[in-house]
Amino acid sequence: MADFADPGFVVGGRSFTSRLLVGTGKYRSNAEMTAALAASGAEVVTVAVRRVDLDRAHEEGILHHLDPARWFLLANTAGCYTADEAVRYARLGREAGFNEFVKLEVIGDQQTLLPDTDGLLVATRTLAKEGFKVMAYTNDDLITALRLEEAGAVAVMPLASPIGSGLGLLNPYSIRTIKSRLTVPVIVDAGVGTASDACLTMEQGVDGILMNTALAAARDPATMAWAMRRAVEAGRAAYLAGRMPAREVAVPSSPVRGMLD
Amino acid sequence: MTGQLTVVVNGEQRRFSAPATLQTLLTELTLDPRTVVVEHERRIVRRVDLAGTAVAEGDHVEIVHFVGGG
Repeated sequence: MADFADPGFVVGGRSFTSRLLVGTGKYRSNAEMTAALAASGAEVVTVAVRRVDLDRAHEEGILHHLDPARWFLLANTAGCYTADEAVRYARLGREAGFNEFVKLEVIGDQQTLLPDTDGLLVATRTLAKEGFKVMAYTNDDLITALRLEEAGAVAVMPLASPIGSGLGLLNPYSIRTIKSRLTVPVIVDAGVGTASDACLTMEQGVDGILMNTALAAARDPATMAWAMRRAVEAGRAAYLAGRMPAREVAVPSSPVRGMLD
Repeated sequence: MTGQLTVVVNGEQRRFSAPATLQTLLTELTLDPRTVVVEHERRIVRRVDLAGTAVAEGDHVEIVHFVGGG
């Protein structure tokens, strides 16, 4: 057969070919970040909105290293703990002028960075009414995922495990359930640690994965990005190919007939 | 007549030349308006309106940009 060709997926009316979305935080240097981004093959890269440091005003913002013509910049509301705060950050991000998409985070707890799902729903409704295309970071709870879709989210982004933990996919069953019940794309966000995590996640049938720390904190981010790109592609292909059923008994692969006496 | 006024920018009190607009604040801070977003008294001000927005003593201004994030 020809090479596996993935047509990609559509979020909020925009189509993307790469199912790997990447963050831009925590890299040891801008050079390491740009090398990793290029190796990842990603189209969507996330950025955060923060105060300009007035006393080092000549220090460059991230846009000095990311060409908005090459990357689809997805502003996030990371660090926001209330719906109001997240809405304020989303508006600032949109005003920066690239698109109406926002990766919405409303965090409920500093230690786990787990989402405040009440705040998330309130902010999603507000932003959807204002014309935002909300991609909502949430936990792996089906009911919240369904409510986010109903509230107008264009994508639901359940975690594999807590942000920055690298623990991998803790609950494949709930991710699969969410994917099977939602109409909007499901993009797993957070928790992936290495390539096998990404592959296993994609094998659940989700539309994509967003990761940051798994690349930024790897010893060699560009090489990890290379691996992640292929893991995501392999996981997607394996999902589409349809895996064999798992059995707890052995079944011979060679014929049992025709053996010598 | 010109003087000075105090504006709270990104949580810090700072002195600027008066009369001031959001545009003159950015100029004094040597910031390029194309690389930042400005919020004045909790209201986002579009780039085209920066020069026409007067800043008064004690006003709160936030100046943000994009940084690395996940």
